[in-house]
Amino acid sequence: MKTPFSMLITVAWRNLWRNHRRSLIMLAAITIGLWGMIWMTALMRGMVDQMIDDAISTLSGHIQIHAPGYLDDPSIEHLIADVSDNPALEALLYSPQVTAWSQRIRVPAVIRSERDVYGVTLVGINPPREQGLSFIADSVVDGKYLQSVDDQHVLLGRKLAEQLETKLGRRIVLMSQDPDNNIAERGFRIGGIYDTDLQATETRFVFAGIETVRKLLKMGSGVSEISLLGHDYRHIDGLASEVRAVAGNAQTSTWMQLDPYMASMLDVMDGFILVWFSIIFLALSFGLINTLLMAVFERTREIGLIQALGMPPGNILFMVLVESVIMLLIGLLAGNLLSWLTILPIRDGIDISAVAQGLEWAGMSSILLPAVKVSDVLLANAIVLVLGVAASLFPAWRASRKVPVEAITRIWQ
Amino acid sequence: MNSSAVSCRRVSKVFAQGELAVHALSSIDLEIASGGFVCLSGPSGSGKTTLLNMIGGLDRPSGGEITVAGQRIDRMSMADLAELRLQHIGFVFQAYNLIPVLSARENVEFVMQLQGVPATERRERAMAILADVGLQGMEDRRPGALSGGQQQRVAVARAIVSKPALILADEPTANLDSVTAEKLMQLMRDLNAQIGTTFVISTHDKLMMSYAKRLLKLHDGRIIDDIVQHDRQHD
Repeated sequence: MKTPFSMLITVAWRNLWRNHRRSLIMLAAITIGLWGMIWMTALMRGMVDQMIDDAISTLSGHIQIHAPGYLDDPSIEHLIADVSDNPALEALLYSPQVTAWSQRIRVPAVIRSERDVYGVTLVGINPPREQGLSFIADSVVDGKYLQSVDDQHVLLGRKLAEQLETKLGRRIVLMSQDPDNNIAERGFRIGGIYDTDLQATETRFVFAGIETVRKLLKMGSGVSEISLLGHDYRHIDGLASEVRAVAGNAQTSTWMQLDPYMASMLDVMDGFILVWFSIIFLALSFGLINTLLMAVFERTREIGLIQALGMPPGNILFMVLVESVIMLLIGLLAGNLLSWLTILPIRDGIDISAVAQGLEWAGMSSILLPAVKVSDVLLANAIVLVLGVAASLFPAWRASRKVPVEAITRIWQ
Repeated sequence: MNSSAVSCRRVSKVFAQGELAVHALSSIDLEIASGGFVCLSGPSGSGKTTLLNMIGGLDRPSGGEITVAGQRIDRMSMADLAELRLQHIGFVFQAYNLIPVLSARENVEFVMQLQGVPATERRERAMAILADVGLQGMEDRRPGALSGGQQQRVAVARAIVSKPALILADEPTANLDSVTAEKLMQLMRDLNAQIGTTFVISTHDKLMMSYAKRLLKLHDGRIIDDIVQHDRQHD
């Protein structure tokens, strides 16, 4: 480049501040535009992340192994062997790729109190193994969590306890069907009440120790499912393949296959972010183009003068682009700062309980946690910068073609 | 015999004004020798400015050939014209001469910066030339803080600081008081005499014309008179 870069920077910087008000308005637009991109995306991403986390922690895990046919008929008839009977699978479950895993028995059941009767899913769990895998270990708010696989108590959801008009310490009766299709029923004392963000979960699941459930159902060592967690819910296909390879005839499913609605939310979210970014940028680009065109129009004489003095057209174009880039960079800096300052106070979540009940159908919880993804922030910055420069090309090109006589005659006359 | 600094062959310029064609220049033939000090005179609309535009490569002729510093410029690209102006031509405009966001010194340094002159040398030369035009102590002022005459002197300083072979000036004394105008004319004449810079100046100012070695009178886009002057008073 013929023209020294330092000179272009100096001239562009000083030109930027010739019309303070216009530049500040444009900077405010860039700042608020970027802030809108990052802040809204963080909330939307947080909402979807939380919905998926909730879905995953509501017993599904990242990957589940079932007997063939279980997903269509989740009954006691479709069981898989205990993991101790499959050394290859057991080795994989204890490998570093798997952060938590557990075996469960899940059967449809009926729960009865002295007041009411409801249909539920009875889940027999290995209590220590559920730590870090599902919500239940951390959700008991009244009483205590199950102590062992043969704990004789059951855990009920807060809402279910309300519906049954029962409470901690009272007895309920659980009734289900054993492998021989006979009715199995037994009374249990309520050892704990759990509370979750989703009432549907509280009314659906009743937890008991896995050995206790086996005894109730007079069954052997089989289990309904093995649930496990990898490291990242977005990238579990590789781990699923490895599980599938050692799971024998059992059916291996990812959370995306088990809950396609939630999986589609991820794709919808990615699409939404792009659409959202595009809308904000479109609004921004009109302002940017207008500002630069005005700046170029006002400086027609000056641009003619600079060209008369020997600055090549390409450098004029570059000078206007530098002006735009400086403005964009300052705006991006301010936008990132504003985003950080506004997300920091809500990093522990926003309570939306006033509307959470209405949104529960979508699996949303009452606390909305913002999720700032570096890739989203980089994408927002890149879109504003790259498309901002692209939007500036037209005014810059017009400036570089200004030599034709109208610019010059304004100087001479 | 001096070589030619500017050569025009049958140069014409036609502007379209609606459906009318305005002939700003009509078949101009002109030869200006290196070291010449030429004034263009004539009434408004006679074609002085258009001819300066053509010679400076700021506009393209509708017809004819123009050679400046030995190079045909009528078909040059915009980038090549910019390079030619940078290396060979200095401009002094009647008004709006300076870049408003740069100080007097930075304005003078601007062309040298484009030419790649090192910073220290650039600064020394700018300070010296500003002192020569009587602007010592005002180097860091921006154009808005200078009077019209001071701005014009900065423009002249910028035009001559790189010692171009050709300086084109349009009414350079139009906005100056008589004392400043005479000093400026003397400065240009000295430069012409000492280093042989060629000057082509468009003017209405009779005093300015009296400084010219050659006076071209234009009317309706044609050169109607070409007078060689011997002004001993200024020599």
